[in-house]
Amino acid sequence: MAKPRLGVFKFSSCDGCQLSILDAEEELLALLDKVELGDFLEASSASTGPPYDIALVEGSISTPEEAERIVRIRKESKTLVAIGACATSGGLQALRNWSILGLFESAVYPEPEVARAMEKALPVSDFATVDFELRGCPVSKAQLLQSLASVLRGAKPRLSTSSVCFECKRAGNACVLVAGGTPCLGPVTASGCGALCPSWSRGCYGCFGPSDDANLDSYTSWLTAHGIDRQTIALLLKGANSRSPEFRKWIEEND
Amino acid sequence: MSIVDTGTGTPEVRLNIFEPPRFFEAFLRGRRAEEIPDLVSRICGICPVAYQVSSLNAFEGLFGVEVDEQVRRLRRILYYGEWIESHALHVFMLAAPDFVGVPDAVAMVERNPGVVKEALSLKRFGNDVMSAIGGREIHPVSLKIGGVHRAPSKEALSSLLPELDRLRGSVGNLVAFVSSLQKPSLERESTLVCLHDPARYAIDCGEISSNSGPCVPPSSFEESFEEYQVSYSNALHSRTKGGGSYMVGPLARFSLNFEQLNPVARAMARDMGLKPPLKDPFQSILVRVLEIVHALEETAGEVREYEEPPRPSTPYKPKAGVCHGVSEAPRGILYHSYAVNARGQVERAKIVPPTAQNQSRMEDDIRLLVPQIMESDANGARRLGEMAVRNYDPCISCATHFLRLDIQKALA
Repeated sequence: MAKPRLGVFKFSSCDGCQLSILDAEEELLALLDKVELGDFLEASSASTGPPYDIALVEGSISTPEEAERIVRIRKESKTLVAIGACATSGGLQALRNWSILGLFESAVYPEPEVARAMEKALPVSDFATVDFELRGCPVSKAQLLQSLASVLRGAKPRLSTSSVCFECKRAGNACVLVAGGTPCLGPVTASGCGALCPSWSRGCYGCFGPSDDANLDSYTSWLTAHGIDRQTIALLLKGANSRSPEFRKWIEEND
Repeated sequence: MSIVDTGTGTPEVRLNIFEPPRFFEAFLRGRRAEEIPDLVSRICGICPVAYQVSSLNAFEGLFGVEVDEQVRRLRRILYYGEWIESHALHVFMLAAPDFVGVPDAVAMVERNPGVVKEALSLKRFGNDVMSAIGGREIHPVSLKIGGVHRAPSKEALSSLLPELDRLRGSVGNLVAFVSSLQKPSLERESTLVCLHDPARYAIDCGEISSNSGPCVPPSSFEESFEEYQVSYSNALHSRTKGGGSYMVGPLARFSLNFEQLNPVARAMARDMGLKPPLKDPFQSILVRVLEIVHALEETAGEVREYEEPPRPSTPYKPKAGVCHGVSEAPRGILYHSYAVNARGQVERAKIVPPTAQNQSRMEDDIRLLVPQIMESDANGARRLGEMAVRNYDPCISCATHFLRLDIQKALA
């Protein structure tokens, strides 16, 4: 039987999520043995081209060329997986969506009219049907490998949808918020990182975006009642996932 | 990349970087200084520590924070981890397959199984160092202005030593492999620029030194170098003020700081017949593997001398002013500058990554290679062009396997 063909594609991003694949050193050769590399510029100059059985897409869509390219890749791929905050919600560069592009361009480029960018940096799902999303900035290597293993076996990946708090309690951490007074997005952020930041004595800053049961209004009123001002909360939410629906709604209503 | 034979004898070389603009310098405006290290790390998933450290140097300088010596040591070890990981990725997964003549590291496994396996262990070790100090290898979470959020225990760091000592014993085989690769050559004069730190082979801080002028403090960076925009690329280019292209990265560091390279790496350099100054960009792969040896040796010393600091960070008060921070990213000098207001918010940010600085130099190198490129068949030309760009390990998607070569002959 022919091996399934894997394509890894980069759009507007830092390369960190696809680097997570190469960072799976022990598992890498085993994984690459199970697939045919159709396209993975970070790893190989060999390229078979389309069609792809699995397309992993990193990055947000932020130029007209990218908008055309993602539609094409969708057509060429059986299963399309968006990997990381940029692909799933626009990423940090979507912070420009809160402003006016022209102001941003002139802040960076002496001749802003030459730089070609769309008004907004957008998630992949605004342009193409996404079969599955992996959150995180960057994605979790474990979730990535687990999902790939599922897809390769023809199963739909299933990931936990609980909040960081659950992982944090299981890790046995003292609560940085309740015990330390540090603002933390753990109660409203999706798990996947292993409660990394609280384990390093700091507040969660929302890399994995909102959890399924995130209740921003309830949580933020608790925060303000405990002396954490709205501006601090807004800045925390204006990170890699500021355009994910729950975070975005709160920012629009409160910032 | 396009090469246009203008018929004048000087071909026009243009490296079109299609990397879409992400406007970091713009959206950093209005953010609090304390948030910046986590935000800027997202510029590059391959060298996040460099972005964090350059920004910390800037703010800590402005706020007058004295960072504990052991915390500085932690940051350096973390940074060595990034050098090891990034260099191993570049040398063995991106560049070596070119020289061997295969498409990727997987294809290299058949010919050199031991090399690929050991190179992956090396890369794994760099990642383990980053996780032990930073929490994770990509976008670590432990650094903050004034220090670290939490300092790892002496035991936690010491657990890195058995694998570290094993790698120090075996890395010679990888050095020998890289040294044996057949490489093209390109001897040319170039302005070399890197940091100089009297205490060590510069990595986490230093003054800006060059083979064509005196050492200057980081605050003088913009007086010495300038960025300019070209119509065919989204990445800004850099040049020396009033001059031309310059080169940052391993070749510059080796050429200007050779005496500070760890003695083990220096001895290996002598065995390879390498001595400063180096003028051939195709030798940068050799320097990268020597810098891996250097980083392993320095890490071994630093880990053994590490003691848990009395407190993980020093408190500080933000104050208004303009600040500058530099460090040696795996690819060369990474310069940051921020204007901060009295509330500790960033009003202006400027970030000059090493790849932007090297871009003009890459084009110059390719210009010099044009005769060879024109003589080669399409595949050979593409490969040579890619290798010439890859000498700089550009941290953009075109770092890797990218080149669409567009050769236009002059119209008669």
